[in-house]
Amino acid sequence: MSRRLFTGGRVIDPLKGTVRVADVLIEDGRIKAVGRNLRAADAEKIDCRNRYLAPGFIDLHCHLRQPGEEQKESIASGCRAAFAGGWTQICPMPNTTPPIDSEALVRFELEAARTADAARVIPVGCCTKGRQGKELAELGGMWQAGARAISDDGSWVSDVGLFRRILEYAKTFDLLVMSHCEVPELVSELADEGVVSTRLGLAGAPGVGEAIAAMRDILLAHLTHARLHICHVSSAETVEVLRWAKARGIAVTAETCPHYLALTVEQLNQFDTNYKVNPPLRSEADRKALVRALIDGTIDAIATDHAPHSPEDKDKEFSAAASGIIGFETAFSVLYETLVVKKTLTLPELIARLTVVPAQILGVEPPRIVPEAEANLVVLDTEATWILTEEKIVSRSHNTPWLGKKLRGRVIATLLGESFRLNQ
Amino acid sequence: MAGLKHLLGIAELTREEIQAILEQARRFREVLDRPIPIVPVLRGKAIVNLFFEPSTRTITSFNLAASRLSAQCLNFAVGASAVKKGESILDTVANIEAMRVDGIVVRHSVAGVPHFLARRVSCFVVNAGDGCHEHPTQALLDAFTLLEHFGTLEGKRVLIVGDIAHSRVARSNILLLNKLGAQVAVCGPPTLLPAGIEELGCEVFYHLDRILSEVDVVNMLRLQTERMTANFIPSLREYRQFYGLTRERLAKLNPETVIIHPGPVNWGVEMDYDVRELPQTLIMNQVKNGVAVRMAVFYLLARKRGILSEEAK
Repeated sequence: MSRRLFTGGRVIDPLKGTVRVADVLIEDGRIKAVGRNLRAADAEKIDCRNRYLAPGFIDLHCHLRQPGEEQKESIASGCRAAFAGGWTQICPMPNTTPPIDSEALVRFELEAARTADAARVIPVGCCTKGRQGKELAELGGMWQAGARAISDDGSWVSDVGLFRRILEYAKTFDLLVMSHCEVPELVSELADEGVVSTRLGLAGAPGVGEAIAAMRDILLAHLTHARLHICHVSSAETVEVLRWAKARGIAVTAETCPHYLALTVEQLNQFDTNYKVNPPLRSEADRKALVRALIDGTIDAIATDHAPHSPEDKDKEFSAAASGIIGFETAFSVLYETLVVKKTLTLPELIARLTVVPAQILGVEPPRIVPEAEANLVVLDTEATWILTEEKIVSRSHNTPWLGKKLRGRVIATLLGESFRLNQ
Repeated sequence: MAGLKHLLGIAELTREEIQAILEQARRFREVLDRPIPIVPVLRGKAIVNLFFEPSTRTITSFNLAASRLSAQCLNFAVGASAVKKGESILDTVANIEAMRVDGIVVRHSVAGVPHFLARRVSCFVVNAGDGCHEHPTQALLDAFTLLEHFGTLEGKRVLIVGDIAHSRVARSNILLLNKLGAQVAVCGPPTLLPAGIEELGCEVFYHLDRILSEVDVVNMLRLQTERMTANFIPSLREYRQFYGLTRERLAKLNPETVIIHPGPVNWGVEMDYDVRELPQTLIMNQVKNGVAVRMAVFYLLARKRGILSEEAK
């Protein structure tokens, strides 16, 4: 019998927005007791004084690259990297090679994640066969295998009629439809359209390219009464569209990512491809609009969009380089510094956007630190400062602008069932 | 170029650094008028022209500049290179550098390639045009030519006409002319004017006829049809009608106004053939001055790195 006792931590309940000091006793992967002065002589003790205990994070949006690009990340290595960053449940996008568009591939993904002994995968299947945007994929089979959402992430389903059918058919299985909103005709190169793209001589991608796509999808969700989720929101115009939709009670949710909250297009000035993401980093006005949207709930959750890339794909001229940055292991620190230290959100509010809210969006049970629940928690040290080095990164890829940078706040430990990781 | 190890763009240059280059170019311009226009300052040094895009005048100009400084100059022809076999730019450059090259001149269709290379090689890098980003030596030779004509650019009104969106020449010119105290305006259809261009330091006009008579310099840009995907303009005919320096428009110009063009010219599109023979057309002066400016750039970068030949020291 395995027993662990987390002593003296400040336990966050994101559902209630409360923090209280308590010990947490775990036995065989379940929470046995939560309270003061718990005793368990034979338990492994983890001193949590001046640290926080929170439910494990749920990542609505990441990339594990398997099958097809295992040199960048495998399902197992990705699950371990996520776990190191405090993510206990993750939704890998299906834009792999081949794309995850069948029951068999969903089962393969779940099996590969199970053997990793780390974060659990909540599969996301493709909306269309081969992610080609032409024919409806077998959504029922993927749902039966365990998929809880569908997406053609990486590209927008531009066929209006087909997207309507996707939303309608997804309702059969209560699947969440996650949309990568980007009108392809308005996106030439991955730099926000404005003075920076002009100065650098890059054909820009205006924020309205995202908002127009989001507006179409939202109107179709309204028509079909399906559950729609807008991925990686980056622009102020999209925030306005979401605000309009939510005021009308349309069933739409949205996520943004740590990099859109912390960085702006100005960082592209030296053509550093570590800042190249899709959608692109935008202006300070966009960044502020995202922060405001997060405060008022227009944007519901924060996802990493963990996008590992090998040096040969990233160490290139800007236009040719792959877009994306890894995010599992830096997300909490970046968000803590950007949102909590700057008093935009309280720590329990931030934790809610990483745990309860994503669970509600996906329609899964939210993790909670209460007796009888499955052990699913993280230990956070908000006083810690640390420097991200390649040696510390668990992911197979190292493409991040935070490499060598000093970060504040750190995930110290992650526990899910019998799986446990302590970050040194 | 006191602080510069490379010449990547005008954005990185201070006014003093620009003046130092132009001053040095003036000295080399005199050298070029000598019976034997060669100086030994880069004897024994090797410079490679890496042109990933077709070029005639620019590559010849860089080539001559290196030769006039007694350096060896090699031209890397992309058509016959390993790039065609799938080799990355980085591999190509690493191999060339391993052969002990002192400087690389790079032209590429992708913005930022010279910056990318400069971070990875130990020799100096000169940007000979990167995508739609910058073409610093063209802007320097344009300024040199205008200074030769006017003496100063302080308060001079310069109008850049045409395809601003796809023009690296326009971006470098706007930055440089501002640093030298000129007033810059751009004119073209909104489809060819990129977002936020006015924030680079220029006024924006859509109608050439409303501004043409008020300027000291008209810089006509080449319509970069090869960079255009579709629908920037309805036809070349309509472009000429509204933005071409036609015979009729020439009559509206102030007689003191000079005309420049980075070349090659699409005669009959951005300019009528008549412009060629006008005394205020400085296109051939630009070409001539380009060699002196590029010599100055090579010389100052080599001096900064302490690799001038013994004679030069």
